[in-house]
Amino acid sequence: MTTANSENRVQSAVSRAAASIRRIQWPLIALGVILLFNLIFTPGFFEISIQNGRLVGSLMDMLKRAAPRLIIALGMTLVIGTRGIDVSVGSIAAIAGSLAVLVIRGGDITYLETQGISTVPILLVIAVALFAAALCGLFNGFLVSTIKIQPIIATLILMVAGRGMAMLFTGGYVLNFDHPTYRALGIGDFLGIPVPIIIAAVMFILISLVTRKTPLGLYIQSTGGNATASRYSGTNIRLILITVYVISGICAGVAGIIFTADVQSADAAYIGLWIELEAILAVVIGGTSMNGGRYSLAGTVVGALIIQTLITTLLTRAVPVQYTLIFQAAVVIIVLILQSPRVKEFSFRRQGAAVEVQDE
Amino acid sequence: MSSVTPKRDSFARRNLTLIAPVVVFLAFFGIGGLLFRNFFTLRVLLNLLTNNAFLGLAAVGMTVVIISGGIDLSVGAVISTCAMIIAVLDRAGIGPLIAVPVSLLFSTGMGFLMGGMIQFFKAPPFIVTLAGMFFARGLGYVLSLSSIPINGEFYKSMSYMGVRLGNAKLTVPAIMLLAAVLVTWYLLRHTRFGRTAYAMGGNEQSAFLMGLPVARTKILIYTFSGLCSGIGGLAYVFYTVSGYGLAALGLELQAIASVVIGGTLLTGGFGSVIGTLVGVGIRGTILTFISFQGNLNVYWTPIFVGTLLFVFIVLQRVFVAGTVRKK
Repeated sequence: MTTANSENRVQSAVSRAAASIRRIQWPLIALGVILLFNLIFTPGFFEISIQNGRLVGSLMDMLKRAAPRLIIALGMTLVIGTRGIDVSVGSIAAIAGSLAVLVIRGGDITYLETQGISTVPILLVIAVALFAAALCGLFNGFLVSTIKIQPIIATLILMVAGRGMAMLFTGGYVLNFDHPTYRALGIGDFLGIPVPIIIAAVMFILISLVTRKTPLGLYIQSTGGNATASRYSGTNIRLILITVYVISGICAGVAGIIFTADVQSADAAYIGLWIELEAILAVVIGGTSMNGGRYSLAGTVVGALIIQTLITTLLTRAVPVQYTLIFQAAVVIIVLILQSPRVKEFSFRRQGAAVEVQDE
Repeated sequence: MSSVTPKRDSFARRNLTLIAPVVVFLAFFGIGGLLFRNFFTLRVLLNLLTNNAFLGLAAVGMTVVIISGGIDLSVGAVISTCAMIIAVLDRAGIGPLIAVPVSLLFSTGMGFLMGGMIQFFKAPPFIVTLAGMFFARGLGYVLSLSSIPINGEFYKSMSYMGVRLGNAKLTVPAIMLLAAVLVTWYLLRHTRFGRTAYAMGGNEQSAFLMGLPVARTKILIYTFSGLCSGIGGLAYVFYTVSGYGLAALGLELQAIASVVIGGTLLTGGFGSVIGTLVGVGIRGTILTFISFQGNLNVYWTPIFVGTLLFVFIVLQRVFVAGTVRKK
């Protein structure tokens, strides 16, 4: 009895895993193609060596660079799952990052003033930054859920105003600081693995658990699929929307912390600039539909990796940095065409009667 | 909405979303006049047009796109790349007779391709125009990473030229902006193209079922926005006499903000290009305000613009809720 039961469970887990892999097959294939290209043409791309007790290599560097974008993209995935969008994440990252540095410097915004090693408790720094980020998310969620403004505009407000606020916090200066523990969040390593990668992995696991082990994920999909229907069936849409925007805000805050810790300074004008577009890109490449109702966190991970792998590949192949944007545009267009209803229709027609509609 | 309602509302009611920005603009301008000497002058007013010409031109195209229920994120990048194309061609010794058409061809071509993708692959405008933005920016970077000065006599004389009105001057970019607003106003109000755009923004499905040429109009709308950005690029060249790949960074969002402040509903189907001109003016007045004030930090600009955006959107919500209840 128990063995049959557990066998069943294993079987259903396997089929569920197979289904989720099938859902992100296109992004996985794309990532595979880019990696294969590197395996053949870029010597040493997959080499990972241990230097001074930490893992070093192209792959580690790539993962580390992808981490903050990935973290923001995870929050964005949930928002897009509710048929929303959050374009304020870059500004929220700037607010969180500059507030963190401000706390470390004890509110001192004198330009180029070199302070000694700061002893402000790290938890206080992180708490202030993430609290501000969560507040920003709450504001977005309130606008979308209660005042019922379209998400792109609601979050546009904070995108415009938020960067101004961050600039006011720092007085428009680039503020540097010396705080060993905070710095470690950006450039440190734990068990040989760079800390940003660990933070990204933890965020992925946390968000996956919250959306799978609680009904939140289901509610997000039903809100994105048909908000009216799910409201009539008793879902507290308002709470769901506020929750996803707060999660997105916190993710942006975490990324802001990593950004500032990485360069050990806060430049409010540039923290997280354009990150919203790259994050949305990662989500869409990962197979989450902008029409809501269906999202894939794993797909987003793959999407973020595709973008970063592409950038790293271009750089290691000595393609001038100015071409990367054009390549990114090309990738978006290819993915869009592959995902478009017209192409799906075409490929289904070719398969004849054996149309698999499971995916829809 | 108003174009669909058969019952004629009063002038004030129909134009409420237009009256609000005009009142705000006059209030800002009046307060400026009370606070600062030389603020309430024709010169400041005309300078507003000149300084915001390329933003305004992009916002004019954006207005049509938003009325039809779409969005165009590529405008800033297209402006900068058009200016870049002219600058690079000028450096190579190619005159404006070829350079200007080439840049306009690029911008309208971009718009046409993006509109085509949105229509034929049913891809979301947000993502398609985002890709367009990346592509145009990337192309600008490829042309040159640094700012290129323009030495062509034509461009230089265009940057001096203008109609003198007392000590104020109506410059070429300002005239371009005003002309674009007038043409677009006519297109939107009095042509089949404009009415189809409004109908699509109201409900694309019913517009299609009514037999309106939705596919063609959609592609035309993005092409038109591309053309506006191209003219914006030209205005940028006349304004700065240079090309720069990082120019007009983030302009798309400022354009969207101006359109919304000008009373165009982001849900589509309602709005006017005159409102957009006022919206651009409000943003410009805030900037002028801050520069006249002197000791107010320039970082207040985005905060002011964001706050205005917030107030106007909430007002729009109240307005829309009111009309819906009235029915």
